[in-house]
Order: sequence, then structure tokens, then C-alpha cells
Amino acid sequence: MKQGILSQILDYANRANPYPLYEELRRTPVFHDGEGPYVVSTYHEIHGLLHDPRLSSDTRNRGAAAGDPLAGQEEGEGQLPPSFLKLDPPEHDRLRRMTNRPFGPPHSPRRIDGMREELRSIVKGLIDGLADGRGGSVGGDGIDLVEQFSYPFPVTMICRLLGVPREDEARFHVWADTLAASLDPDPDADAEQREKVTSSARMELGMYLAGLIEERRKNPGDDMLSQLAAGHGQGETMSTMELLSTAALLLIAGHETTVNLITNGMLTLLRHPDVLERLRREPRLAVPLVEELLRYEPPVQLLPQRTPLSDIEVCGVTIPKGAPMWLVLAAGNRDPQRFENPDRFDPDRKDVQHLGLGSGIHSCFGAPLARLEAQLALSELARRLHNPRLLDDPPPYRQNAVLRGPRHLMIACDDVRP
Amino acid sequence: MPESELESLKSRGRIVVVGASLAGLRAAETLREKGFKGTLTMIGDEPYEPYDRPPLSKQVLLGMARAEDTALPRRRDIEAEWRLGVPASGLDMAGRRVKLADGDEVPYDRLLIATGVRARPWPNEAEGELDGVFVLRTRADGAGLARRLEAGPRRVLVIGAGFTGSEIASACRERGLEVTVAERADAPLVGALGGVVGAVAAEMHREHGVDLRTGVMVTRLEGDAGGRVRAAHLSDGAVVECDVVVVCLGAQRNTEWLAGSGLGAGPRGIACDAGCRAFGITGIVTDDIYVAGDVARSPHPLFGYQFLSLEHWGNAVSQAETAAHNMLSDSAGRRPHIWVPAFWSSQFGVNIKSVGVPTMGTEIMITQGSPAERRFAGVYGYQGRIIGAVTFDNARWLDFYQRQIEATAPFPPEFSNVDRRPEGGRPVPADFPDPSVPTHGPTVTLSGYSPADRRMTFTPARN
Repeated sequence: MKQGILSQILDYANRANPYPLYEELRRTPVFHDGEGPYVVSTYHEIHGLLHDPRLSSDTRNRGAAAGDPLAGQEEGEGQLPPSFLKLDPPEHDRLRRMTNRPFGPPHSPRRIDGMREELRSIVKGLIDGLADGRGGSVGGDGIDLVEQFSYPFPVTMICRLLGVPREDEARFHVWADTLAASLDPDPDADAEQREKVTSSARMELGMYLAGLIEERRKNPGDDMLSQLAAGHGQGETMSTMELLSTAALLLIAGHETTVNLITNGMLTLLRHPDVLERLRREPRLAVPLVEELLRYEPPVQLLPQRTPLSDIEVCGVTIPKGAPMWLVLAAGNRDPQRFENPDRFDPDRKDVQHLGLGSGIHSCFGAPLARLEAQLALSELARRLHNPRLLDDPPPYRQNAVLRGPRHLMIACDDVRP
Repeated sequence: MPESELESLKSRGRIVVVGASLAGLRAAETLREKGFKGTLTMIGDEPYEPYDRPPLSKQVLLGMARAEDTALPRRRDIEAEWRLGVPASGLDMAGRRVKLADGDEVPYDRLLIATGVRARPWPNEAEGELDGVFVLRTRADGAGLARRLEAGPRRVLVIGAGFTGSEIASACRERGLEVTVAERADAPLVGALGGVVGAVAAEMHREHGVDLRTGVMVTRLEGDAGGRVRAAHLSDGAVVECDVVVVCLGAQRNTEWLAGSGLGAGPRGIACDAGCRAFGITGIVTDDIYVAGDVARSPHPLFGYQFLSLEHWGNAVSQAETAAHNMLSDSAGRRPHIWVPAFWSSQFGVNIKSVGVPTMGTEIMITQGSPAERRFAGVYGYQGRIIGAVTFDNARWLDFYQRQIEATAPFPPEFSNVDRRPEGGRPVPADFPDPSVPTHGPTVTLSGYSPADRRMTFTPARN
């Protein structure tokens, strides 16, 4: 018997190119094979559901017998209370509002823009570092863009954003790496051993953050953690546990996704050398290019945790209350009913209202930072790498089908420009 | 093959747009986008290129932006001939000419009328001319009022607590100015959103230190010897001393210039069909005259084919695009303007948004959040269906309610949803002051997503 389409999507063998499977999936806009989740893959339906108050993001609303192959994949929050990603209003709104206060408009409109120079200098340092191990004529085995660039960049940014002291950044990187690896389990490794390592990293990180929060309460700086810890009156403050959950969310959600966005971006550019060359000449192209990238290769392929609170009808299919649902953003992003030539990577696309950062109340919290990181990273890579080329296409991918991206991206270049 | 009339219109026709504001500009851009290569003339009575009005009652009054800096962003170059600062004064339908106030005449093959509305002036002309008495509609109004607020008046009186009046009161409070609001109804915003929501708005005014007087009318404005306003007399006998008065009594449609032209234009606007073609006074639709924006009245199938005139920003954009599309299309290619009404306001730190036609609603049910927290969503019901919705700081859900309205979903809503509170369990009367609702009629639902495939499904009424 032919393997079910959802199993095929989860099958690692299809990780490098799931898009033909998504195309097949879209033929049944609400797919359900009897036991598994209800899978929605067309743009307008996904967009509608992201604004539908009958859908909960709190998986505690799922029926007991819900059969979801992605269920139970924890996202590294361990024993902490659920973060706002997994809460509904009013708790979600309260926590997100408080978290936003030191992060974005209206109260902190300059936070992200104020990090621009810092971002630039981190990017510069990392690209300078590539020069030492570059491939091509100088020898060596090439550059692994993931290890040497995409990975360290966002985690350094999160450290600076939260206010982790520079001398602690190295420890922070180790914990972040371990937790990220737990999102991407190697099926051949010893599961028990891995869980042990993960939970100890989670514990150490939690202890570290708790200590840092205490320290920031005593000696506040202008970093986010200080401001979150301080609260801001109006009867709204976060408990220490909520603060830990939120910090863990910012770390995990803001990290892995950005790694994949940048790596997917460079991979896509190397597969479209004309666009790469244009970006080199016109760095401002990075802005529309990153939007198209979020449509074409979104770092979050699907949202697996929505649950209806009522029976709801979508495209003639009744999705029962409590049933698990997947919203396949990456399939909606290539829906020909919504986008012309959806399989074409076209940074000049005018109508590019993609689902790559979600929509509705749970739309990506860190979007402005992720956008800026990707824009700076890709335009600087394009400008400085001379004659870059892919050594391995397709590259090896991570296991994770939800947070999809290359595990390594081996490239070579002739020179690294100053 | 000979060139069709449409092809020759596209390649060298003459299109005239009367009204150089949001609707006029977006229509012009759409015409060029759709390949119109002929001559395009933009006629506007104000001396400025198209600008955006919403900031005039918000950022401009707060001193965060200057009225002069509200120019609308351009989608593309429209290569138009601009006739700014000269109002149109007449229309010769037979001769296909627009007459201008300076005596000039502009011939057209297709005409788009987007003359919009103006602020309703204070009814007593002499009182209205007192120094310190303002209306707020134009860039000049906004600049003048902002300057006066900047100077720090002792007290501002806002007459009328609709959206504009409420936003002005909010801006005054944010600037630390004393403000009195006089409203004839029992609460602010009742005309648009009903008494239940109006009560929330009233609390917001008072919490922010507005001296809100409801159920009263201003009967007289009094000036000092120097011709400056100094006080207002209210119908309850009270006297409010104030040195700035802002008259916010709604709008009047700019149709006087069409009197006697034979076009179906009057105080309620210019009637047009769902394809934006203007009706003549004969009730016959014209082929060459289109209408868009605040000045238009067009039948909406979703709302009992009532002729809706909407003073909504989004409506102006959508109707302009539809009108422009239809001006360059043959009869089979035309599209209806079936935009679902929607508007927003920002006052006292709260984002208010609405979709559908709340004023048709007889009942309201709070489906999300809580009015006491100033964060909620409410749906309006009319004859067993959802007809409108409103959100206070909950706008991201509005898309859902719009679809419910388009699908004529049942009211009261039968579903469970996030953030449903105990008070959201049952509908209550929406409490509009004068619920003028049409009789039982057929329903129409909308489906499809892109303008080209939007469809209506007609369900005849059961007797």
C-alpha cells in the first residue's frame, strides 16, 4: 500500500523537497485520513483559521484520543508553565502585551532599529571568520554556513537582546545548541542519553536565567529581561515562572527559525545566481527578497497545535471539537489560487502577503528582528563572498519537518571581500 | 479587424476624475495599472495633491505629524494633468464636459466623480465665523486646529461625540487640555455602534478626564468683543466657557455642483449601481459616468440591496478600484462593488474597528473579552443573522467576523470560542437610537476570494 501522505511529509527522505507533497495535499484542502490530524493546506482556509476565535492554541483543549504523529514533541520548555505561544486570550494577550512593551511599538519603537549597528558588527565578525576556513582555491573543505554563520548569529543576538553578559555568552550558546538539537533528534542516537543531556541543559539554563532575573531586578539595565522583570505598573507584572517561560520562548522560537531562514535564504540564492548577483549590487533588494523567501521557503512549515473548541466547517468538512489540526503554512504559501507561479522564487513579486510568519494574534512575535537579521545577513553574504557556490545540493537537512532547514550548508568561495 | 470602442478608449480616450483625494487618486492609479494610455485629468477644489485625512484628527492634533506632511503615498506614476484649486461647477452630460469654476471646460469620454463630503458647518453662520470655532475635514482645518491646540487653550468644546469628535477629545486629553464634549444622544458613538458600546465609550471619555455632557445640545455660541468665541450655551441651561470649539456634526455630500445636470445627485449622495455607474434622475444608469468614495450611494446585495453611502477609508479605495476597472471593461468584464463595510478609529489608547453594518443590528452579543477591560469583540444580529461586528483592541479577529457576515451566519452565534466570558452568554438589545431597519427580505451570501471570482448566492425569502 502507498504510504500515507502525512507519513511521507514526515519521512526524512522527503525533507529536501516537500513541495510536491504539499501540492498533492492541496487537492484536498482539509485532509483527514481517519485517525490523524485534520490538515489544512490551502492559503485562504489557513488564513481564515488563523483569525478564527473558535480555534485554540492551548493543546490542553485537545481530546484525549487525538491521534497526532507530532504530538508530544516538546519545545524545550520543560516544567515551566506554557508560554504565550501555547495560550489563548486573555492570558495570551496579557503575557504578549507585557513582553512586547520593552520590545516594540508603541512603547519601545526604537528597540529593534537600535540594534542595527550591533547586528552589523556581529555579521561582520562572523563573515571575517569565514575567511579563515574558506574553500576553493585556498584549500580546506569549504565553509559550513550553518555552523559558522547562521547558527551563532541569532543566538548572539538573543543574548544581547535579553541582556546576557558577554562573558556568559559562550555558556548560553552551549545550552541553546543542546536544546536546539533536542528539537531535531537523531533517530539513531540513544534516546535516553539524549533526554538526559537535554533536561540537564534545560535545568541549567533555567537556573541561569532565574539568577540573571534576580540580578536584573537588583541592578536593572536597558535590556529586555531587566524591563520585563521590573514590570510597569497598571497591575500587570509577570511572575518569575512566567518570566522564565517567556525568556525560554524568546530563546527557542527566536533562534532555530532564524537559523533556518538565513540558511534557506543562502541556499535559495545560490540556486538563483542571478538574484544573488542583483542582491550584491542592490543591497536594498534584501527587503522584498526576505518577504519572498518567507513565502517560498518558510522556516516554520506547519503549525501543529491548533484545536477547535466547537465543531467547525472548513471547505465542506466538519472538523470536530477537540480534534488535532495542522495548518500547513508552507503549502498555503505555494497555493496557485493565491499566488501566480507559486513555485517561482521572485523577489519582485508585488503581492507577497505570505503565511511565513503566521497571522492573527499568534503571528511571529520576533518578526521585526528576524526580518532585520535575515536582511543584513543575506545582503552582507552576497556582498562579501566572492563567487560563492554550493558544494552539496541538496544539502543534508535536519530531521525536524516542522522547523525545516539544512543541517549543514557547505559552500565555497574564491575570496572574502573586506 | 477594426479597433473596438474600448480599445480606442484605452489607447487615446479622455478620462476626467473630479475629486483629487483618496478615491480619485486610487482610481487614477488603477486606470494606469490596467493599461489606460489616454489623457487623464485630475480636478480638485483644494490646492493640494491628494493627502490622507485620518491622521488629521489623530497624529496631527497630537503634534506628532504636520498637516502638510500627510500626502498620500503613490502606488505609481499616473501621468495626469492636475487642475488643483479649482472646483468643478457643473456637468454637461450630453456634451460630455465638466465645467470648472474658472470658466474652463474639460471634455471627457469617461468621467469619475469622487467629490466626497465636507464637514457640516455650525448652523448659525455668524457664530460659526467666530475666531476659535473649527470644523475638521481638510488639511487646512487640521493645521489650524493643531496650531490652536499647541497654543494651549483653557478649554476646548467638542460638539458631537461621533468618531471625529471623540478622537479630537482624546487628542486634547493626551495633550493635557481641558475638554468638554456635548452630545445630543445618551453616549458617544451610539449612532454608529449603539448604546451598549456607547456606554463603554462614555466610560472611556470620563476615565480620561473628558467633561462629557450627554443628552444636551449646544444652542448658542457666544463671542467676546474681539469676535473670539468665549462660551457655549447648552440646552440644559449650562454655560461652558471655552476658547476653542470644534463642530463635529457629521458631513455633507459635495453634490451641489451637479444640480440640474440630470444626474441622480442630491444631499444623500450620487446614486450608482453596484458597478459604480451613476444613475440619471430618470433612474436609468449612465454608461460613461462613474462614482466612487464618500459621495457614492450604491446598493449592497449583502445588506438587503440598501443603497449604502459609506464614509470609510477602505471603501473609497475599493470602490475607486472597482470603478476604474469597470470604466475600462465591457459589460461581461465588469465587477460589482461588494466591499464589506469596515472602519477603524483610535481614541483614548484603544483601537476600535468594525465590520459589516452594525446600525442594522437589533441585538449585540459580546463574544470575546470584556467591555469592562476595554478589550472585546461583539457581534450584531439582525433577523437571526450576524450583520456586523465591532472590536476594541481585538482587531486581529475581525477577519473571522467578516466571513461570518459574508456567509450570513446565524445570530446568536452558536459556537464556543477563546476568551468567551460569562457576560458573553446571551445577546442583549443593541440599543440604537432609531433602528430604521428594512422589512424581511431575501438573503445573499458572498463567496470567493479574488475580485474576479467573488460570487453571490441568492436565497429567496420564505413566506
